[in-house]
Amino acid sequence: MSEWKLKPVPTAKPFFLLIFLLAGCGNTTPPSPERGKTALPEGHVDPVTAGTITGRILFHGTPPVMPVIDMSSNPSCQREHKGQVRAQTVVVNSNGTLRNAFVWIKSGLPPAHWSPPAETVKLAQNGCIYEPHVEGIMVGQQLEILNDDPVNHNVHAESQINAAWNISEPPRAEHSFRKFTAPEVLIPVSCSVHPWMRSYLGVVPHPFFAVSGEDGTFTIPVVPPGTYTIEVVHEKLGKKEGTVTLTPGGSATLDFTYGI
Amino acid sequence: MESENRYHPGLYRWSVLLACGTLLLVVAGAMVTSRDAGLSVPDWPLSYGKLMPQMEGGILYEHGHRMIATTVGLLTIVSLVWIFRVDRRAWLRKLAVVALLAVIVQGVLGGLTVLLLLPWWISSSHATLAQLFFSTTVAMALFTSRPWLAGASPIPEQPEYPIRFASLAAPIVIVGQLFLGAAVRHKAIGSIYHICGAPLVAGVVFWVSMRILQHYAPNRELVFGAKALMTITLVQIFLGIAAYMTRIAYADAVQPMPLMVTFTVLHVAVGALTLATSVILAILVRRNLGATVAMPAMTAEAISARS
Repeated sequence: MSEWKLKPVPTAKPFFLLIFLLAGCGNTTPPSPERGKTALPEGHVDPVTAGTITGRILFHGTPPVMPVIDMSSNPSCQREHKGQVRAQTVVVNSNGTLRNAFVWIKSGLPPAHWSPPAETVKLAQNGCIYEPHVEGIMVGQQLEILNDDPVNHNVHAESQINAAWNISEPPRAEHSFRKFTAPEVLIPVSCSVHPWMRSYLGVVPHPFFAVSGEDGTFTIPVVPPGTYTIEVVHEKLGKKEGTVTLTPGGSATLDFTYGI
Repeated sequence: MESENRYHPGLYRWSVLLACGTLLLVVAGAMVTSRDAGLSVPDWPLSYGKLMPQMEGGILYEHGHRMIATTVGLLTIVSLVWIFRVDRRAWLRKLAVVALLAVIVQGVLGGLTVLLLLPWWISSSHATLAQLFFSTTVAMALFTSRPWLAGASPIPEQPEYPIRFASLAAPIVIVGQLFLGAAVRHKAIGSIYHICGAPLVAGVVFWVSMRILQHYAPNRELVFGAKALMTITLVQIFLGIAAYMTRIAYADAVQPMPLMVTFTVLHVAVGALTLATSVILAILVRRNLGATVAMPAMTAEAISARS
């Protein structure tokens, strides 16, 4: 039996040395997950001088009629709704404003690292529809994904800058959590089980963002004074930019207009 | 020597079953892509951690595709064992091994495309290999068929109208066109490339087919193959136009529309048939042109089969 005993490999030592050397090639700085963050001061807003940026997302033209989602082949989804469910690609409010536009400060903030809040941003799946349709989240903040439906969902973040991911969400599963490591506006989130399901996430490096609601307005509160480039992004109608100056303790208004 | 091989009805029927199963698999794969269901099951090889998940929505298509693929894999294994047991043709045995390797690689590509979130080059390779595998299974059905074992139908090649190498051009350009089509479907390139490829493919197909019809008319096998290839190609062009038009018409749809899915899936399936027909035609051309008369070596059974 002794002839089957494993003999020490004489070349093992140089082999590991080679691996060690190769691993060190091209990277003289020790990797650190905090690198880059520590170089910037922590972002801070003085509540005394902070102001508010508000505005409206206007829509000119005839509002498009959104198609009715056909859930007939998915009875479990259909049962969750009393009436017809329409797509939310372009939702024009009754006052002629546009819903679900993501608004954020694109530039103008002093260089700083803004720590994400401990609260999670929730993305729910109810009746095979994402709720909300558009929302913002900070870099490093937890995205909490909920499935209250009695069916399987997959959740696919179709990010281009951040690492894309696709996870399964069994019926009434435990909540899933994900983070994004870089700013990216907007990231489509989709479900391939129910191809009409689509949501959008605006991932930004600071807390100054908003989404236009049922009255078409947006409000970005507690913003330090300064001159900013505001960008509004709509999933279908694209991007627009505007500049606004916020005085200490004041408020500024900026409207955007879309049309088809 | 082919004459040393007897016709095995069971093996032939099994080969036909494998080819039909593979065509069904191609259709199922096309359904997955057309219904945007490719990522509806995020894990692989299990589905939602199970062998049999709740079959609803996109899962029905994705997991159904996996189930059919598993069945085709098993059919291929049985086919390999059967050929090794009853058939002495070394090249056919090698082909059966190649088919098994192809179906294994195909399964791995299918898994990778799910796990890596549909990278276009893996997804397009998966789609193209599917078409090549289908042609392989059709060729295996041909090689185990009674007419094939009965021997060639020799016809001399006309030096002024050579066809032996020209016939290879059709499957080559069709494979290229299928890859472009797959790349379009997986959003790697615009449809213009696939559309521009269509006249080239149609031109090569009709040139080869017309040469056979005009100059090799006495050979019934070749004439039948050429007519079949032209007919299928015409149908394929129509389906391509229909698939494109419906895709434009439903560009803003929030979910895949049935008419678009139907025409696209048919376009993929008939694409597989086009390639397989061109491969079979090329095989028949190479077999029959310049072949010596094999009648004396044929078995009595084979002779009766031909008559």
